[in-house]
Amino acid sequence: MPKEQANWSPYDNNGGSCVAVAGADYCVIAADTRMSTGYNILTRDYSKICKLADKCVMASSGFQADVKALQKHLAARHLIYQHQHNKQMSCPAMAQLLSNTLYYKRFFPYYSFNVLGGLDNEGKGCVFTYDAVGSYEKVGYSSQGSGSTLIMPFLDNQLKSPSPLLLPAQDAVTPLAEAEAIDLVKTVFASASERDIYTGDKLEIVVINADGIRREYMDLRKD
Amino acid sequence: MQFTASKQPENCLLGPESDSQRTLYPYVTGTSVVALKYKDGILMAADMGGSYGSTLRYKSVERMKPIGKHSLLGASGEISDFQEILKYLDELILYDNMWDDGNSLGPKEVHNYLTRVMYNRRNKFNPLWNSLVLGGVKKGEKYLGTVSMIGVNFEDNHVATGFGNHLARPILRQEWHENLSFEDGVKLLEKCMRVLLYRDRSAINKLQIAKITEEGMTISQPYSLKTYWEFSAFENPTQGAVGSW
Repeated sequence: MPKEQANWSPYDNNGGSCVAVAGADYCVIAADTRMSTGYNILTRDYSKICKLADKCVMASSGFQADVKALQKHLAARHLIYQHQHNKQMSCPAMAQLLSNTLYYKRFFPYYSFNVLGGLDNEGKGCVFTYDAVGSYEKVGYSSQGSGSTLIMPFLDNQLKSPSPLLLPAQDAVTPLAEAEAIDLVKTVFASASERDIYTGDKLEIVVINADGIRREYMDLRKD
Repeated sequence: MQFTASKQPENCLLGPESDSQRTLYPYVTGTSVVALKYKDGILMAADMGGSYGSTLRYKSVERMKPIGKHSLLGASGEISDFQEILKYLDELILYDNMWDDGNSLGPKEVHNYLTRVMYNRRNKFNPLWNSLVLGGVKKGEKYLGTVSMIGVNFEDNHVATGFGNHLARPILRQEWHENLSFEDGVKLLEKCMRVLLYRDRSAINKLQIAKITEEGMTISQPYSLKTYWEFSAFENPTQGAVGSW
């Protein structure tokens, strides 16, 4: 009998874009809610954003099954942390944990592209951006996923982060006010969904500040 | 990314034993399952064909089965793997029942279990070659979800597997609404199944529709859909396709 599938792959790319922007006293994390495979849209309402701790939120795109496994693993690790230390994990600590977790599967990676956003111990916004095997960097803003090639240069142009080569090191947080940052995020997703077929349907925005966590939604193109 | 089954056991990641038992391609397969939420619960449809490659080998395969008291499972893909999954679920329901605490697994729990089983098997490079649809109602809560053979899973108001994703879901997206009556739900599913019958070569005109509500579940007797083949394009299919012979 002829082989029907050319070759089985344990991976799929379910698409989607993630963005995070850090400000002086807030952090905005956003992702669209479309889940696709190939030219099919599987569902128009799947959240890619996961709350890992009180002041720490992760947005992930890539392979949904791996992302879900990663989220469950981090939730379990965070529960253990709470039992051992009787407090919530800080965002920079979670950032290191996420890196280690991804690298632990270096030779059978989680096919997930993450941005982690939240507030650091001083209440300042922070964003961490990753690749699939765990290399990570603290930045002022970042984008990951299928629309990142369209979004990232736009953010670079609008936000002009200081060069990491500058001495003394410059602060990476963006100079925008919270409302301006939310507007910018809405604009980049509206733009990305014009050209990227894997980005669309709905935008989910999570805002973290001193008051806590807030969620907003905006409709995107459905075609 | 490509993963080929290595012929030399010494270079193999998994060792020779597990290597020889991996499903590299399916043998007997079922085609699409289509399901939707309606006013009082879940409706699901699947035909009864079992294909051996492109040969229609079996014509009375039940691809929808009740799981516990509140759930209904539909499967496309490898039939033997589906039967293996049913064995796992029987054991799961039995052991849960043995607690005798009056609690029972609902559709959400069963779906989550299936999600972990499918993902775990893909991690072992030995997938269960199915796309599964799980529907159910428990405590007034309707539930409809799906899992693929590599563990991709989600919930929605309507789902479909395989060809159904291409042909049925566009119809469902256009016509589905929250307050579908039972009659309208069945009509909508039959519309989807008819399109699949016309356009999916492995679909057959013998199907079942399953219903699950708070009151319980029923799986219909097999029946056929009315079809119309007298379109002029069907009369002489080669007309207009001029060949050199």
